Amino acid sequence: MSKNPPNYISTTNACKLCTPLGAALAFKGIEGAVPYLHGSQGCATYMRRYIISHFNEPIDIASSSLSEKHAVYGGGANLKLGLMNVTKKYRPRLIGVATTCLTETIGDDVKMLLDQYDKEVEGEKPVMVQVATPSYNGTHMEGFHDAVASVVNSLAHREGSGTNAKQVNILPGFVSPADIRYLKEVAEDFSLECTILPDISDTMDGQAAKHYEKIQSGGTTLAAIGNMGNSAASIEFGHTMADQSGGAILAEKFNVNNNRLPQPMGIRASDRFFNLLSELSGQAIPEKHRAERGRLVDSYVDGHKYIYGKKAIVYGEEDIVVGLTALLAEIGVMPILCASGGKSGKLAEMIAAATEDLLPEQPQIHEGMDFYDISELAESLEPDLLVGHSKGYPLASKLSIPLIRVGFPIHDRMGGQRILHLGYRGAQQLFDLVVNSCIAKKQSDSPIGYSYM
Amino acid sequence: MELLKEREEQIHRTGEQPFTLTCNKDSLAGAVSQRACVFCGSRVVLYPIADALHLVHGPIGCAVYTWDIRGALSSGPELHRLSFSTDLQEIDVIFGGEKKLTNALFELIERHSPKAAFVYSTCIVGIIGDDLEAVCRQVEKETDIPVIPVKSEGFKGNKRAGYTAACNAMARLIGTGDTSGISPYSINILGDFNLAGEIWMIREYFERIGVEVVANITGDGRIADIQRAHGAALNVVQCSGSTMDLAKVMEDEYDIPSMRVSYFGVEDMAQALYDVAEHFKDPDMLARTQELVKEELQELLPKLEFYKKALKGKKAAIYVGGSFKAFSLVKAFRLLGMDVVMVGSQTGTEQEYRELAEITDPGTIIVDDTNPLELTSFLEEKSVDIFVGGVKERPIAYKLGVGFCDHNHERKEALAGFTGMLNFAEEVYSSVMSPVWRFTYQNAE
Repeated sequence: MSKNPPNYISTTNACKLCTPLGAALAFKGIEGAVPYLHGSQGCATYMRRYIISHFNEPIDIASSSLSEKHAVYGGGANLKLGLMNVTKKYRPRLIGVATTCLTETIGDDVKMLLDQYDKEVEGEKPVMVQVATPSYNGTHMEGFHDAVASVVNSLAHREGSGTNAKQVNILPGFVSPADIRYLKEVAEDFSLECTILPDISDTMDGQAAKHYEKIQSGGTTLAAIGNMGNSAASIEFGHTMADQSGGAILAEKFNVNNNRLPQPMGIRASDRFFNLLSELSGQAIPEKHRAERGRLVDSYVDGHKYIYGKKAIVYGEEDIVVGLTALLAEIGVMPILCASGGKSGKLAEMIAAATEDLLPEQPQIHEGMDFYDISELAESLEPDLLVGHSKGYPLASKLSIPLIRVGFPIHDRMGGQRILHLGYRGAQQLFDLVVNSCIAKKQSDSPIGYSYM
Repeated sequence: MELLKEREEQIHRTGEQPFTLTCNKDSLAGAVSQRACVFCGSRVVLYPIADALHLVHGPIGCAVYTWDIRGALSSGPELHRLSFSTDLQEIDVIFGGEKKLTNALFELIERHSPKAAFVYSTCIVGIIGDDLEAVCRQVEKETDIPVIPVKSEGFKGNKRAGYTAACNAMARLIGTGDTSGISPYSINILGDFNLAGEIWMIREYFERIGVEVVANITGDGRIADIQRAHGAALNVVQCSGSTMDLAKVMEDEYDIPSMRVSYFGVEDMAQALYDVAEHFKDPDMLARTQELVKEELQELLPKLEFYKKALKGKKAAIYVGGSFKAFSLVKAFRLLGMDVVMVGSQTGTEQEYRELAEITDPGTIIVDDTNPLELTSFLEEKSVDIFVGGVKERPIAYKLGVGFCDHNHERKEALAGFTGMLNFAEEVYSSVMSPVWRFTYQNAE
């Protein structure tokens, strides 16, 4: 690992988003929820636009629409008015209130304001959950995980007498709707009753419908969140979030055993996930998934020569970078730079743990990077591939190398929400994509243009 | 649909009551406005100036959500397509961000050698009280390029206030350049942002009639051109909401008259050229303009026939940023034989809405600063075939099984000028006539 990562004062083309965006997305994975930003109007609108361009789905994020007067005297009155208007128009089951840099800095006490609201306002009120998301602190991933933790902390209980041995919580982090659909299928195949929090599989990848839904259907139900404390175990993907995660809170409050796994990307990480499910369910890994694993190994062998030794730069959120790097390492691609805008301090350690015996040497690993830094390092690294979200396109285009589009956002292609990253099936899709991108590059660079591989 | 009480006065139905409509007010909390903020207003106006450094002073969000966000093309430098931020952290919020800003400016100016730097303040800067004027003054002195603060704290008004802040920033540049050699028949183009290369088409029209364009404000814009913009004889202002303030400043300080135009639709495009030609009172120029319009129409009108036949009687809804554009769109749809049943904008003025009420058919919904649920109910009520808006409006249309035409900042199709009218017809046609609507549940039998 390089001892001298670039260290500029300014940020150019950031490789991260701001905290409240993550919170808004997490709240979107709860049934009947409306995300609400306590701040000025622009934050909500910018985030909606950014999210729509990836998911191609409506996402209504309400705002306190604060003005100068509120910035001086406090935004409490507008927060309450906004909550009332959202309640009236959307009839939500839950409003997830996230703060912004403005309201954090002027010092609005949202918890107190919500308590006041509860006392002052008569009649039916949605459940309110609040999370502090000052955008000068962390990235959208901290916002996402903190919102999940806040939901768990406020709403999860342990009901009745005991643990349901068949019930498992999965806290997958920020993965795609396709990933969540896959996780549901896998859990069902193990006969587990699984609560996935949050679940954006329908809310952010909805069907065509006859009538417009004010709040898109789907999402983790409040009832399911309510009895997460009765689960036999929690499975939490990712290692770079804060210690006080949703899974940790469930363990602390209700003694639900928490299992932190890396995002199951590639064979090894998927094996860990499937083995854990097998252990928790007391069932062998179903034949369907064993077969998918078998086909995956078969394809690794079939395709290995097209990609061996290709040098890749991997970037994005820290946990997906760890997952992707592990996958690339096991198929013979050499990650040479792993970069994230996040700063958990754990990235290098997690990548080393996931790849140590697979890579002849560890890649450069840097946190707090932007695309200017990545581009600068790329010049001497001469990568063959970029692996990450669509914001790497200008660099891939400059270097004339393929961009493997994964994660969020995908703003320049259709179907970002349908990319499957997890499990044997996700690894299969990513593997085929990587191999075919390398073949296509060779084919288009060749004056002959072979029509067989 | 039941409206929020506070919203009722921002909606009018043509012919159903005497005209009253409230606008230019802060968005209602919790109403999910389609608007952004002051910062957004400033950022969109200045964004296309391609040889300037645009540094957003604040936490990362404001910069990252506006990275390469507009389809504003440049014929040369592309500095505007990069997203620069001071990425303020908690420690900067506590101790102030001035030092970080100063150092970031020096670093970026040295790296990119821009012709000027715009420094945008965001919400938090307005609260922690960084003195942007002082920082900019210091950096300007040491780097010898204009370094201009843009007072765009998100909470200090709505998007219109951001337009004003952008105009104030540009006003500092104007009057500082050499104006020698500028033709008496010269204009500045204000309020065109060169989406998909539109300003190149417009400039070509003006050149053909013998008018010199001094500065593009701001599409494919350059600092040096803006600095000598006061040498032009006339300001031609489109998207008047965003740049009319600047035209007023130039009128006051340099006696440069201005006129409002629109380049969308055949009628308004032709009118824009005639108005400019008439302003200069040059018979040759007027003759050249007539010739140009004739040539362009001879080329365009036969091609439009096909689309007119197919689209006749289809219903359109419009929701755009500024209401001046909405006028042109109403006329463009009329030319295609289509009926406009709803028209609205984020930042229109009372006068503009009043005029819209005058030219639209009875029953047309006119709306200021609307939101997804209102839009949904209007589209359903009016059985709309095509909705014209921006990215945030697109999923609303699609979920309702309604066609969509992007007429906002990030479109990739040139919709201005005579050529643009044809592209617009094609764009509308390709959405309205697509077979996919046969499968949506609204249309299934």
